[in-house]
Amino acid sequence: MLALIIRRLAQSVLVMLFVALIAFVMFRYVGDPIASMVGVETRIAEQEIMRDRLGLNDPVFMQFLRFIGNAVQGQFGISYRLQQPVSELIMSRLPATIELAFASATIALIGGVALGVFTALRQGSFATGAIMAASLVGVSLPTFLIGIALIYIFAVELGWLPSFGRGQVVELGWWRTGLLTESGLRSIILPAITLSLFQLTLIMRLVRAEMLEVMRTEYIRFARARGLSDKAINFGHALRNTLVPVITITGLQLGSVIAFAIVTETVFQWPGVGSLFITSVQVVDVPVMAAYLMFIAFVFVVINLIVDILYFAVDPRLRVDGGAAGK
Amino acid sequence: MTNDPMTTRQIEPVIPPRPPGLLRQALDSDMFYSWRNSPVTIVATFTAAALILVALLAPWIAPYNPFNPATLNLMDGFTPPMSEGAFSDNWFLMGADHQGRDVFSTIMYGSRVSLFVGAMATLFAMTLGVGLGLASGYNGGTIDAVIMRIADIQLSFPAILIALLIFGVARGLIPPSQQESMAIWVLIFAIGLSNWAQFARTVRGATMVERQKDYVAAARIMGVHPALILLRHILPNVLGPVLVIGTIGLALAIIEEATLSFLGVGVPPTQPSLGTLIRIGQQYLFSGEWWILFFPAVTLVLLALSVNLLGDWLRDALNPKLR
Repeated sequence: MLALIIRRLAQSVLVMLFVALIAFVMFRYVGDPIASMVGVETRIAEQEIMRDRLGLNDPVFMQFLRFIGNAVQGQFGISYRLQQPVSELIMSRLPATIELAFASATIALIGGVALGVFTALRQGSFATGAIMAASLVGVSLPTFLIGIALIYIFAVELGWLPSFGRGQVVELGWWRTGLLTESGLRSIILPAITLSLFQLTLIMRLVRAEMLEVMRTEYIRFARARGLSDKAINFGHALRNTLVPVITITGLQLGSVIAFAIVTETVFQWPGVGSLFITSVQVVDVPVMAAYLMFIAFVFVVINLIVDILYFAVDPRLRVDGGAAGK
Repeated sequence: MTNDPMTTRQIEPVIPPRPPGLLRQALDSDMFYSWRNSPVTIVATFTAAALILVALLAPWIAPYNPFNPATLNLMDGFTPPMSEGAFSDNWFLMGADHQGRDVFSTIMYGSRVSLFVGAMATLFAMTLGVGLGLASGYNGGTIDAVIMRIADIQLSFPAILIALLIFGVARGLIPPSQQESMAIWVLIFAIGLSNWAQFARTVRGATMVERQKDYVAAARIMGVHPALILLRHILPNVLGPVLVIGTIGLALAIIEEATLSFLGVGVPPTQPSLGTLIRIGQQYLFSGEWWILFFPAVTLVLLALSVNLLGDWLRDALNPKLR
């Protein structure tokens, strides 16, 4: 158990180092850091002095070590475009993205499980066929089109919900939340649904497949023979056993949700990390891009690690076989 | 002389039945049978074929050239669908956009750009992925471990994020004067590079299976160069799944391109793709000019969906286990 966790940790550190290398190469070699800091009138000699003072003339390996040292402390330099520390920028926009990601993950989980159970139990009914067909179309629709369609229906035509922004926000320490005001809650509905649809179809298909599988097993037949009610069988026995993979997938998908938020945030002008990233790609604001890359990689690695450990804790079979099955 | 059949019977030469023509063979094949029996696939094939044909022939069949300022009339801007421009004789099937461009024609030219980028990016991803997959599966060992670890890391991130990063980096490296003309190639490079891992993984798996077979051993004993074994003997045998991933990858690449262009980091506005058109149309959604957005969006969905369905069918048809 401990050996597995240590091995996983080592792997995660390796991945992070790899990503850090990419971020460092971007940071150092895309554009000239000095040229982006000084004006046209700075003399070349002065530029050289700056270069020296910032350590840009040191061996590349030393620079990489310093980059990692700074990154560990959460320092990614200053944004070329906004002239603010990158870490501050990201932290100030992180709450918006996290709230959006969690809202959509909740919708995806509840909606996906409900629809999955429904389509598994009502096999062959018209509603099931319709839902399955809709999910197929939903998967091939680009996210931004879904967002635009929702805006058109609910904001332009019906005028029920706001089409952009976060609404009114409340400061809770450094965390700026939109979940405590009415306008904030109304604002999050459309982007959260947009972001959730892809995961929702995924979870739905997974739950459906797992349910169909479980429903064929002996213990379900035995439960039926014991005369248990349908409700107890479907939810107490069948659904319960499908939930482990569902939770794994949802956890693993949380990272993609944060990354996919780039598109959703742009469509809804949601002031999160994703829209910050897009604007920095447009104007080649390298420090922000590098920091975002590190941030996303960190989120992915941590989530993967947690899921791995959870898996180990949940599934006793992995513990018996030890390292072999745990890989 | 009597014509006694017993004595004068000619010995007829046994003529082997003429091998059926290529068309006949194609029509009798399992593939065609499964195609014919799937109405959805037939519809998808014709939809995709029609869209691709229209895109290819755009310069010759589009009613207007939307990028020729001489034929544009700004006063025609926002003409609704199926009506004539207020200040010219131009008739607009799908309306006109803010610059008085015929939406129908811009879609034709736009799907050309979308398809070109999608196809080139998929081709690039396929070449890179198949090459690395073959090398990885055939050699094993360190090469295999390194390539597959990189593929693993890349696959755990969404393709769109990787494409965005590559695009941003390329943008920083290319001098501003060439950015406009290079943009489309940068885009192809970014999308292609974000999708190679799928191919590499599949080909690696298939190669590892093929490598064990006798025909490869025979070729090796005969002293055939490993590169030739890979290209001439193994490659043809692993192409089936590549074709499937390629088709589905094309749909994904088209959507990826549209998303990037929609985010404003794709093709330059002088060569709008479907994504760019949707980006433009979105600005006029609130004022009720829905057609500028609606028609490009429908085209994009039809294109992606039909290619996707074709890929699904191909996967089922090429997999004998499912039959």
